Amino acid sequence: MVNDLFYFLIFPGFLFAAAGGGILSWFDRKITARVQFRKGPPFLQPFYDIIKLLAKETLVPRNSAKIPFLYAPVFALAGATLAAVFILLPAFGITTGFRGDLIVIYYFLTIPSVSWIIGAMATGNPLAITGASREMKLILSYELAFLLILAAVIYKSGMTLNVADIIDYQKQNGPLAASLSGILLLIAFVFCIQAKLGMVPFDIAEAETEITAGMFIEYSGFTYAMVKLTRYILLLVLPSFLVILFLGGFRWNGIGILWSVLKILAVVLVLTLVRNTNPRLKLGQAMRFFFVGMNLLVIAAFVLSLYGL
Amino acid sequence: MNRRTIIPIGPYHPLQEEPELFKLFCEGETVVDIEFETGYNHRGIEKINEKKTFDQVFFVVERICGICSTSHPFAYANAMEEIAGIEIPDRAKYIRSIIGELERIHSHLLWVGLAGHFLGYNTVYMWSWKYRESVLDIFEMITGNRNNYAMFKIGGVRRDIPNSMIPEIRRMLDSLKPKIALLTGAVMDDPVIHARTKGVGILTPEVIRKYGAVGPTARASGIAIDVRRDDPYAAYGMVNWNVITAEEGDVFAKAKVRLLEMVESVSIIEQCLTGLEKTKEGDTETVVREIPPGMGFGRAEAPRGEVFHFVRSDGSNMPVRHKIRAPSYVNIATFKESCIGQTVSDATIILAAVDPCYCCTERLTAAYQMVSDVRRLDGMELIRLSHEKTRNIMSQLENPGSPQKKD
Repeated sequence: MVNDLFYFLIFPGFLFAAAGGGILSWFDRKITARVQFRKGPPFLQPFYDIIKLLAKETLVPRNSAKIPFLYAPVFALAGATLAAVFILLPAFGITTGFRGDLIVIYYFLTIPSVSWIIGAMATGNPLAITGASREMKLILSYELAFLLILAAVIYKSGMTLNVADIIDYQKQNGPLAASLSGILLLIAFVFCIQAKLGMVPFDIAEAETEITAGMFIEYSGFTYAMVKLTRYILLLVLPSFLVILFLGGFRWNGIGILWSVLKILAVVLVLTLVRNTNPRLKLGQAMRFFFVGMNLLVIAAFVLSLYGL
Repeated sequence: MNRRTIIPIGPYHPLQEEPELFKLFCEGETVVDIEFETGYNHRGIEKINEKKTFDQVFFVVERICGICSTSHPFAYANAMEEIAGIEIPDRAKYIRSIIGELERIHSHLLWVGLAGHFLGYNTVYMWSWKYRESVLDIFEMITGNRNNYAMFKIGGVRRDIPNSMIPEIRRMLDSLKPKIALLTGAVMDDPVIHARTKGVGILTPEVIRKYGAVGPTARASGIAIDVRRDDPYAAYGMVNWNVITAEEGDVFAKAKVRLLEMVESVSIIEQCLTGLEKTKEGDTETVVREIPPGMGFGRAEAPRGEVFHFVRSDGSNMPVRHKIRAPSYVNIATFKESCIGQTVSDATIILAAVDPCYCCTERLTAAYQMVSDVRRLDGMELIRLSHEKTRNIMSQLENPGSPQKKD
């Protein structure tokens, strides 16, 4: 019990994931700034942001349904943290003996988006509701591709639902991305992560210049700090998930530490560069992109992996 | 079930740099109707100008718009020179054209950046604004100011461009060319930008004629109107250049027209610099002692379209009436045609595509009833107010001594 709480709250759960995600968020912002001829924020800026938000007043709109509005960020944060625990524990080689955690991770990764939708729907703000409906359609479009990718990964790594086993499989047989089907799956997975993180070109649900901040428009102070923390955690968790599934996981001894950090930074760098070289898609275009493009790509990869490619 | 939601864009919204309100009436994400309100920034410039001397008016009209700050003095100078019936020296004409075209380049670069920002493409935003800096540097070198250049006066320009400065200006222009080419390539060849802007917010030539839209907005729909060519002023009749048009009328066509216009502007500036080298240094002004009574019309092609100034003089040193029409005044009305039936995502970029400048346009102050409901001035009431004002001016002209009635 004490162990579980430690896992959840400190390592590799809330504190570790938020700190790591904050650093990655700084990395993302710094790279973005350098691409755009700007100087970029100082190293601790993501944490200053959180501290500032915590000190600010939390406003609750008069016409909102207060309980869902205020609880939504809490559930989102809890979901992201649990996903962090389940993804990062095997990444650090700590085995819990729980088999089938891939399915649990899949559900936990959906919780933040769903909670935000509920929270946005509770505000009564037309912009937030527009954002929520956009996010809902976006989830519907990318989740199928996401699930198919997981299924393909399960197939390729010898029919296991256990993240630790997938890592072991890759240690023995080389990373999954080393095959043609693996590369196709990796590309599709990067776009799914992009959509899950709400980054351009899929920041449709919070499009700043269209619906100001969409789902998050009414959040302020403490509640918005929680939204931000959730996003930091997801920024660590999803690239880690990618590294675990496709790039052979992490090693935490000797030169392996450097490689592990570089792998994560490389994935975030790819996400950042995609975000900085594309305009925002329209909802219909994003849905077509996932429904048609990505699903076909993943199915093709699946078929290829059936032939052992 | 047809429930309409109002998506408000404004009065304060990241899409707009200025306060104005667009109400998008939406069914789902589709815009079915649009209503807009401006007037948040009404400054009464025309009225202020009636209390300024002809020379001071330049500094007021320069501040009408922060971006195209030369287009209004340009049109005003044209109007004043029509009243005075004077011709300005060639050197002054060249300098005026150089300033006008530099301004077009920096304004279009600014628009390209903002359009990128509105599409969520912040890299284009930052890059094009960085490139715009070098244009502002040229301005600083020529005029001493990065914006609001204070270069124009009746009969000429305030500062000469010394011939010794010309090679440096040419060097800076040359360094600007590859940047414009790079930006043009980045926008014209990006498949995602194509997907976002092609076929979006199409304005047909009929709509353009119906609303009287001007500038790049009209030229992108295949209507080749350009005051610089149709009614040549300053040095535009003395240099070779093309009016850029596109046929499609969508947002992409407007971007294309603006990007290609920048190249034309660079070419105009280079020809004007050659012209400067042929004229005598210091010959920048026809001295005007006084302005005779009369009326003058001045037109100038601002980056956004035609700016129109009307000035009436009674022989004193102040205008009796100064009427201004900025291009955005006609351009923003086309939203009624281009936004309806589009999604909210498209509507935002359509709103930005005409490069609206609301501070130029502001003219109506809303009247609020003190007690009950909020009421705006309707058409009839505006006509009545206008008649009253005209009568007031006419009586002023007939008996110059009589006290002005309060309107």
